[in-house]
Amino acid sequence: MIQVMLPAHLRTLAKTDRVVQLEVEGAVTQRSVLDALEAAYPALRGTIRDTVTRQRRPLVRYFAGKEDLSHEPPDAPLPEAVATGDEPFLVIGAMAGG
Amino acid sequence: MSGVRVLVGTRKGAFVLTSDEKRERWDVCGPHFAGWEMYHLKGSPVDPNRLYASQSSGWFGQTMQRSDDGGRTWEPVSNEFAYDGVPGTHQWYDGTQHPWEFTRVWHLEPSLTDPDTVYAGVEDAALFRSTDGGQSWHELSALREVKGNLWQPGAGGMCLHTIVLDPNNSDRIVVAISAAGAFRTDDGGETWLPINQGLKSPYELPDPDADVGHCVHNVAMHPSRPDVLFMQKHWDVMRSDNAGECWHEVSGNLPTDFGFPIAVHAHEPETIYVVPIKSDSEHYPPEGKLRVYRSRTGGHEWEALTDGLPQQDCYVNVLRDAMAVDSLDSCGIYVGTTGGQVYASADSGDTWTPIVRDLPSVLSVEVQTLQ
Repeated sequence: MIQVMLPAHLRTLAKTDRVVQLEVEGAVTQRSVLDALEAAYPALRGTIRDTVTRQRRPLVRYFAGKEDLSHEPPDAPLPEAVATGDEPFLVIGAMAGG
Repeated sequence: MSGVRVLVGTRKGAFVLTSDEKRERWDVCGPHFAGWEMYHLKGSPVDPNRLYASQSSGWFGQTMQRSDDGGRTWEPVSNEFAYDGVPGTHQWYDGTQHPWEFTRVWHLEPSLTDPDTVYAGVEDAALFRSTDGGQSWHELSALREVKGNLWQPGAGGMCLHTIVLDPNNSDRIVVAISAAGAFRTDDGGETWLPINQGLKSPYELPDPDADVGHCVHNVAMHPSRPDVLFMQKHWDVMRSDNAGECWHEVSGNLPTDFGFPIAVHAHEPETIYVVPIKSDSEHYPPEGKLRVYRSRTGGHEWEALTDGLPQQDCYVNVLRDAMAVDSLDSCGIYVGTTGGQVYASADSGDTWTPIVRDLPSVLSVEVQTLQ
């Protein structure tokens, strides 16, 4: 099972816990994980990726294994520790204060 | 027992204020959707427990919410606002053409007859409709064919912020768009006309009488006389007696004719309200005095309503969707400020009291009169 950690506002919106467990078919990538997340929690559609372009929203970041993966291609494999479920894939609301 | 429910959208959540018909004691419930910008909430006129809410965030974009129990619980509904066909382009700040891009929902207008039908005015300016309670949205795209390529965003964005439904003719809708103007359909959205004749914008447009481009801030109508429309423009308070075919100015003796909201008394179609703001760059009341102005003559002659409103050192603004009326026998008026106060008058504006005063900046106020 893949673990995805959500920011507080999206947990509230999806009415779920901080970490959600997902079954992901095939390669574990940003796209496949987020597709599975949106399928399980339709309320999250459009909040992480644009509904039309499917691109990451500008103030959302993806972290895993202490790395910022936000700029990685959506079909690039995620780290092995994420694929095995040992580490979570973090969806983060970017720092945007002053 | 009758009462009122006031739906308040703020920069950081929504609040539901309730009272009995005396409107003296208020229960404040919230924040709902804490931390999110709540541009607008509005209830269905035919099912007061059916509410729609626009919830957005700089991080997570636009989401939509629906309540079927008067705001106690909410469920997300569709947030997919896809422009019809090839979106096309509009004017951009640098004079180039810019693709239409959805940003947020500014205004929700539930149908007067069907609780599952609701209209949404969005930025970049377009009108959407749902007929399934918000589960899907479809654009009434003919609106953007009215010289949409010439529309350009104002300082607040290119937003469709006003939707007025005609109670006598379900095919007639009036909408208003910042820095584009007012538009009307008489065939349920199949075709649209610009209704801006008589508006004058000498300091905003190269042609002061242009048929599109005027910065309309808000339009109001009394349901008993749907052909009479009142408008708060960027500058000027205007009136039309023929459903927008032509407009004439009724600013009269207002201290300034700049402002955002305009409202009509629930029982007196010639009694209207505005909140004058000093200027387009000084978005606060003149002289530091928050004054709602009332005309009982459909414009021209205005009186300042001050009893209970701050009359010194007040530099808040009242945004376009932040004034509303109830329809109790003694008509109530409600005004929300960017300082987080909601002021209410239970006597048509003669006296005011803050019913809540330390909310986040208020974006919208709507009132439901409950029987």
